Amino acid sequence: MPMQCDIVTQERSVFSGQVKSVSLPGTEGRMGILPNHSALLTTLGYGEVMIRPTDSDQELYFAIGGGFAEVQPDKIIVLADSAEHADEIDLVRAEQARARAEQFMKEGVPEDPERYAQIQASLRRAQIRIDVSRRRGHRRAMPGMSVPEYEEHNN
Amino acid sequence: MATERELNNRIKSIKNISQVTSALAAVSASKASKAQKQVEATRAYAGKAFEILNNLASQPGVGSTGHPLLTVRSDIKSAALILITGDRGLAGAYNTNIVSTAEKFLSALHIPVRIIAIGRKGRDLMVRRGYNVVAAFDGLPDSPSILDVTPIAKLVTDDYLNGTVDEVFVAYTDFINLISRRPTVKQLLPLKPLDFEGMAVSEYVASVDLTGVSERVYSYEPGPAELLDVIVPRFTQLQVYQSLLEALASEHSARMVAMNNATDNAGELVEILTLERNKARQASITNEILDIVGGAAALADG
Repeated sequence: MPMQCDIVTQERSVFSGQVKSVSLPGTEGRMGILPNHSALLTTLGYGEVMIRPTDSDQELYFAIGGGFAEVQPDKIIVLADSAEHADEIDLVRAEQARARAEQFMKEGVPEDPERYAQIQASLRRAQIRIDVSRRRGHRRAMPGMSVPEYEEHNN
Repeated sequence: MATERELNNRIKSIKNISQVTSALAAVSASKASKAQKQVEATRAYAGKAFEILNNLASQPGVGSTGHPLLTVRSDIKSAALILITGDRGLAGAYNTNIVSTAEKFLSALHIPVRIIAIGRKGRDLMVRRGYNVVAAFDGLPDSPSILDVTPIAKLVTDDYLNGTVDEVFVAYTDFINLISRRPTVKQLLPLKPLDFEGMAVSEYVASVDLTGVSERVYSYEPGPAELLDVIVPRFTQLQVYQSLLEALASEHSARMVAMNNATDNAGELVEILTLERNKARQASITNEILDIVGGAAALADG
């Protein structure tokens, strides 16, 4: 039985379609959702959303920057603060953003915790975008249950 | 009476101006519809967030303890008003209408109000009239992203949470269609999920069917209170964003109407002046003929 999945942000609808399963980056841990899941409301952290649509074997990856999601037996709606499909991500820009943020982190501005948190958040965002973007065309044996492995990208 | 040459110059310059105004009208029309499309795209998020908000607010243990952003304070000592105007003029009465609506609203409040001005025109008008403008945002892009309003929403939310203000309002111009718009003042904080008539930009949640929403049973991760902490500020931010986009659509449509009127007026003026010019030309020809005839008659007489 397929279920309806929508990913929307405050600005636009990013994805809408019938899916076989969805994996979400919940703040309490990653969760895989199959049809007939019990009703659930959850907050989401930075991370990737993986979707297996009914009409293709190709998994879809989205980078999201926090938000929340509602799960019902036949329906999932992800309300993300930001969401991008893997193909939309400009890998070069994301890499640059990460390098910039890492540079900031090294130089450090410890006297200003808010600024530090900001930089840390932007580093995390950049990292997620890079990971998701690299997934283009990749397939995984176990869908959606593991956290992204950073090592494989560092070559 | 002006000479033919003077009239020619005036006609030429009016024609030039009317070209500029008609171009501006065309640009504004497309910008207005773009802003309208942009705000339409927020409907899905707004509707769902509103539904969840209502469910959470009615959960036992959440509604009773009360999220600070949802709690109506008994003693209202001061308020904040986000006033959304344009950066530029040439939009007919658009800017003055919203400012005077806001002024009327403020004079009925009888408490000190902190003004957060979005748009140069509103800022200047409010400063000149002696209001307490605490923050001003201008130069927002033509199609703003949610990130452009984040600091604005954060500013008022922080002021509300730390007790600087007890109520937050937003004054914006509601876009109805390309020729009509309505200056509106709505309450932003505290958010009253059950009273969406009084809510800012309620048209995007008005169609949400809330029957049974509060009875819907969810498991909450991490918990209803924490979820509310995530959703309420985002909802407020979205309302500011929607208000801004509505105001932008209104501004551009107002400018389109004003520029169309200007183009029409220029056309009329050109017609009148062309008539004048023809008269002037005719008069000068008549004078010349008179001179020649008079000269010839004088010679014949001699």
